[in-house]
Amino acid sequence: MFEQLFPILLLFVVAAVLAGVLISLSIFIGRRTKLGKKGQPYECGIDPEGTTREPFPVKFYMVAILFILFDIEVIFLYPWAVISKELGMFGFIEMLVFVLILLVGYFYILGRGALKWD
Amino acid sequence: MIDTTAASIDFSIIAPEIALLAAAFIILVSVYNKKMRNLAPVIATAGLLVSLLIAIEQMGNPKTGFFGMVTCDDFTVVFKILFVISSLLILMFGRRYFVSKNIDRPEFYALLCISTMGMMVMASTTDLVVIFLGLEIMSVPLYVMAGMDKRSLESNEAGIKYLIMGAFASGFLLMGIAFIFGSSGTTDLRRIAADFQFIGENYQLYFNAGAVLTLVGFAFKVAAVPFHSWVPDVYQGAPTPVTAFFSVGPKAAGFAALLRIFNFGFEDMEFISDIFWMLAVLTMTVGNILALRQGNIKRMLAYSSIAHAGYILVAFAVGGSAAMSAAVFYLFAYGLFNLGSFAIITQLEIRSGCKSELSELSGLSKAHPYLSAALTVFMLALAGFPPTVGFIGKFYLFTAAIDGGFIWLTIIGVLNSFISVYYYLRVVKVSFLEKFEGTFVPVKYTPAMMAVLLITLAGTLGLGIFPEKLLEISRAAIFAFL
Repeated sequence: MFEQLFPILLLFVVAAVLAGVLISLSIFIGRRTKLGKKGQPYECGIDPEGTTREPFPVKFYMVAILFILFDIEVIFLYPWAVISKELGMFGFIEMLVFVLILLVGYFYILGRGALKWD
Repeated sequence: MIDTTAASIDFSIIAPEIALLAAAFIILVSVYNKKMRNLAPVIATAGLLVSLLIAIEQMGNPKTGFFGMVTCDDFTVVFKILFVISSLLILMFGRRYFVSKNIDRPEFYALLCISTMGMMVMASTTDLVVIFLGLEIMSVPLYVMAGMDKRSLESNEAGIKYLIMGAFASGFLLMGIAFIFGSSGTTDLRRIAADFQFIGENYQLYFNAGAVLTLVGFAFKVAAVPFHSWVPDVYQGAPTPVTAFFSVGPKAAGFAALLRIFNFGFEDMEFISDIFWMLAVLTMTVGNILALRQGNIKRMLAYSSIAHAGYILVAFAVGGSAAMSAAVFYLFAYGLFNLGSFAIITQLEIRSGCKSELSELSGLSKAHPYLSAALTVFMLALAGFPPTVGFIGKFYLFTAAIDGGFIWLTIIGVLNSFISVYYYLRVVKVSFLEKFEGTFVPVKYTPAMMAVLLITLAGTLGLGIFPEKLLEISRAAIFAFL
């Protein structure tokens, strides 16, 4: 048991030692500045302007969440596609029912105007 | 005995569910047409009525289908009828409230149908995975319905709180199901019940862990202490008809699933009775004591609903067919008088736009004598006074507990009933003895509201005097799988 797992233990020890050494090296040797460029979110590139907590149109959120919904539901088509030959007509009808239920949701969001951009 | 090998796809088994789903889909697609949109309550009512008729038709004709995943016995049918009736009553008195708050949207009626369908799925299966599926179909619309009043901060809070606690509870439940599957190799309660001896000898630890985690998941749903923390805020924040819906249907569905799992699947598990014993005592006591200090009626009814869950849990601690049919009886009775009292609060909120504070009831008997008389009857029923059905329900529960040898549990339950009398009768006292303040607003009863009040009143008093029929039905429900 111990001999089998010894390499894993060794890996843990090496990881811990390496991480410890690197962090302590930078603590003891590295210089520390807390002002100026260090205080900014990005050390290089364009300086950020203004606050990030700005209101943005809820439309982005709507489109994103609707995309994820349909994306996840399309996943269910794959397992069906793999064994669709074995399932035959029964599987086909079941999948039609499933897609029909999805379609109802789709028509609902269309009717509610969730996908209208303007 | 039900044929467990039937692998047929028999749509007649799930016809009530299909009716509800069809109604919900018609409502959702009808958002294109303004006229159709206003018909949403009518469509939902039609769907629920059709579903009720089909469910009644299914009585006494047990069937299994969909590869043994769906079972429709009398137990299922009785619960289906309970769910549909409660949803119908909510539909009848909800509309006016939503219109008066300017939140009447067709989606609510679709969500109501889908949620009711989820409860039906929960009650009509012996498979843990399908129970979980039904639970989610039921819960997700509930989260949306709780946050339906989107301009109200409290309603938003209720929605988010319910969503987070509900997801948390689902996590426990799923973990429990995973453990049970891991130790027994199946999620079908019938096979678990058959193999119980073997599982108990070989995988006891995992199986017990799974059972307890499942219990925790459902304890969240039925609001048992110490998993009740979401109840008061959600009940207070949600629109009142939605609160009424929460307190009857989902609770009954949770208890239906608990009944199937712990009295059919894990019938031979010994320690679970002790856990139910403790849960029942905690739930009754904490619910009743916290209800004493509430100044808001909806909050008080939230704690009272916790306490009533405690009384029903007594039956689970006792076990056996007498206690279980008493629990089913109590669920029906509680649904009746609880919906009645919520209908009255809804009516008062429509009348004056009040926040359902207790002080706003002062002098109700002068302004609205009939309404306050009805409120008194419902409060007496909640407290368990004869000749209401509340008394009969408690009587059967505690008789079954004494017959099962649970003397101490019965004593604690009766003491709790005494405590509850104080806060229920305080409502009556405020409405009859305190002076009327403010301006008199005439009550306009819609025919639907009138009907709801009459039905619940007739049920509360009528079943209190002639309980035989309901008792027969709840016995039939339990004997379906015992």
